[in-house]
Amino acid sequence: MAHTRRKFLANTLALGCSAAASPLLTPVTFASAPTDKRLVVIILRGAMDGLDVVSPVGDPLLAGYRPSMLDGQHSDLDGYFALHPQLADLMPLWHGGDLAFTHAVSTPYRNKRSHFDGQDILEAGDITAGSDVRESGWINRMLALIPGARKELAFSVGRENMLLMRGDKPVSSWSPEGRIDLSPQAKLLLDVIYSKDPLFAEAGQVALTLAGQLNVSSGEAMGEEVDMQNIMQNMARSNKSQRAEGLAAFAANRLREDTRIAAFSIGGWDTHLKQTRNIRKALRQLQGAILTLKQELGPVWQKTAVVCMTEFGRTVRENGSAGTDHGTGGAMVLAGGAIRGGKVYGDWPGLAPENLFAERDLMPTNDVRKYVAWMVRDLYGLEQSGLETSVFPGLDMGRNPGVIL
Amino acid sequence: MTQTFETVAAIRFGYGFRAGEPDIRDAGQLLAQLQGPDRAMLRFPTPGFMERLDILKQYRIQVNRVKELGDIAKDDLKVTKRARRVLVSEDINKRFARAILSPNGFRERLATFWADHFTVVPKGQGQIIAYGDFMDRAIRPNISGSFGDILTASTLHPSMITFLDQGRSVGPNSKAGLNRDRGLNENLAREVLELHTMGVGASYVQKDVRQLAELLTGLANTDHGTEFKQNMAEPGVEVILGRSYGGENAVIGDILAFLQDIAIHPETARHIARKLAVHFVADNPDPALITHIEQAFLRSGGDLPTVYAAMLEHPAAWVDLGQKVKQPFGFIVSGLRALNVPASGVADLGPRELKQMYGLPMVTMGQSILKAPGPNGWPEEAEAWITPQGLAARVQWALVASTAFGGETDPRDFVDTTLREVAGETLKFAVSGSEKKAEGLALVLSSPEFNRR
Repeated sequence: MAHTRRKFLANTLALGCSAAASPLLTPVTFASAPTDKRLVVIILRGAMDGLDVVSPVGDPLLAGYRPSMLDGQHSDLDGYFALHPQLADLMPLWHGGDLAFTHAVSTPYRNKRSHFDGQDILEAGDITAGSDVRESGWINRMLALIPGARKELAFSVGRENMLLMRGDKPVSSWSPEGRIDLSPQAKLLLDVIYSKDPLFAEAGQVALTLAGQLNVSSGEAMGEEVDMQNIMQNMARSNKSQRAEGLAAFAANRLREDTRIAAFSIGGWDTHLKQTRNIRKALRQLQGAILTLKQELGPVWQKTAVVCMTEFGRTVRENGSAGTDHGTGGAMVLAGGAIRGGKVYGDWPGLAPENLFAERDLMPTNDVRKYVAWMVRDLYGLEQSGLETSVFPGLDMGRNPGVIL
Repeated sequence: MTQTFETVAAIRFGYGFRAGEPDIRDAGQLLAQLQGPDRAMLRFPTPGFMERLDILKQYRIQVNRVKELGDIAKDDLKVTKRARRVLVSEDINKRFARAILSPNGFRERLATFWADHFTVVPKGQGQIIAYGDFMDRAIRPNISGSFGDILTASTLHPSMITFLDQGRSVGPNSKAGLNRDRGLNENLAREVLELHTMGVGASYVQKDVRQLAELLTGLANTDHGTEFKQNMAEPGVEVILGRSYGGENAVIGDILAFLQDIAIHPETARHIARKLAVHFVADNPDPALITHIEQAFLRSGGDLPTVYAAMLEHPAAWVDLGQKVKQPFGFIVSGLRALNVPASGVADLGPRELKQMYGLPMVTMGQSILKAPGPNGWPEEAEAWITPQGLAARVQWALVASTAFGGETDPRDFVDTTLREVAGETLKFAVSGSEKKAEGLALVLSSPEFNRR
């Protein structure tokens, strides 16, 4: 039996290639809308250290808080903030006005610093504990405000349970490496089997089409058999490709068509330990995702806003293991041709001890949701009142920071 | 061909046929599965709560030692981390193995049903480790008792207390509330009424939720499990749905009395009857079936075997199969049963094997293990599951499982033993036309007939 079990294991490696396999990533989800503006939301799971990524090197106090973490390798942004060296390939975007940041931002979540609650609030867009709103994500509720938003059958493919997308409005999803390794003949037979059951017929048709397209587009021959050799080859191919880049490429592929809003997540930001080394992998994924979006979107990049957000920031002081612990205020990364870039947005509170939140964290001076709300208002012409009540309940949008061109 | 009792019993009320198990010939045999010890659990036992707590405590100790002593303490931490991982993966392994290997499919299905009715979504290692105890100590031993018992056991379990924030709820006029300026958290109170007993839209009002939240104060997690902490409990009488509970000194007995009362409330009877019918029979079940179950619930004071018997004796429970779609857990379990995977193929799987065989496929099918979308559990309706991505994942899993476990099975025999008279002519034709055995088996497992129940 050990033999067949091993065989199963080998066979399932094909499934293992799925992006879902990686704790770093969740599959891409899509929603389509009648507009030509694109929005890509990337959730950075694990709490990105905004103070390291967009580092306030102009503050003389920083070195005292983080003696082991400053290596002088950051790229200057505006004379005060500097970008992490692992994002250096994004500097041309910064100079070209396609990259911006917000700093000292957070959701209304305070003091508990739990990843789970923090991410729930980030994705729900709402702080109310136990309220029904927490059952749905802000993107889904936003769709209700966009007239004519509908599930676009041609691309409403996929799955995913990102809270961000969950809710009453139909949203679909597809993991880019979803595959059906049946022979062409068996696929035809499957089509026949499904023909009399409308539910299966509709889903099956989309699934077979999309799985087919994707297998072809990734250079795989149709009708490969499930055997050890093929599986190993596919594995090798998958491992080589950068995973976040794969998600971004697939998102771009759909966004060039009818999809207008895409979301996925990149994990690996929970750098409690040896942050200088451990944050690089996540940053590589983030940089790869943004550059892939730009490249694959082509001219559509000009109509695109990418917003990367995280559940909270990290402590101002490094901890005893050359890392940082869960904090409050953090940063967002904004990119795309639709962004007014080359700027670090926000109201910088400074790092003086008396200005820290709870004497330990960067003081949040703006709500993450405020920036998102103004972005989607300007992208999609949504009513401010709807944004402040149903999408982000209780949010005071305040003054427009003017992030969107 | 009309469907036989045996086939409907196996597929609607169990996890499908498995070679070598005797057919279920009458409802009495289904109900008999609920009597006697839980053999599936005896075969695949799990550690108790204190043992689980101990692993968590050890972990905390080792983390602190590493902080104090540095690298020399790291090996001990590794050992504890490994113990955590092993425990969690064994819990998952056993949940599948019991369902796959037990001949008492109805009992297994009920365990799944009640675990979903009282959904807990454990977050983080600590809660995931405790969750195995919720399943095996709060749910499984109580599926053949009274509804009041399973309601009490699950409401008071540390997993539920944590999941629905009860530990954070403090009576505003309790000692702790006055000292620390803390207040109520309504989460558990609301879900007890809305999800676990009367159901959404029932006749309770916000004031009842508030009063129940006050009554529930004092329930908290400690290092010994759930305890009633007098200093957190709101003093005074609470009036819920017109009945008074408690007095000047709050005691846990008041909470228990409320749970027994609400367990036999007429709207609870209706809600549970409906949920059973929806889960087992059809997304939109015959109202007469619901009423019949409801009456048995009321008559028996929520005696669950009586309630199940009422469901099984009603003709509407025996309409033809195909009314519902199996959820991914049921799809995988019934698939491996159909393939007659031997015990050695599903017992003692390592974390990596579990991930490949169950974990990742379940994610792609839309039912990530232990990650229900909320306290209301997994959706019942067919459309929630048969999405392009969900269906593709089922087809791919079917192919991989058939390749691994199909052996020399002839697909033409497989379609008969797995689906009997439920298999349509089109399916039989397609299966006989497939070029490879594994693909033939995969087509059967991918078919609407197999995925519906």
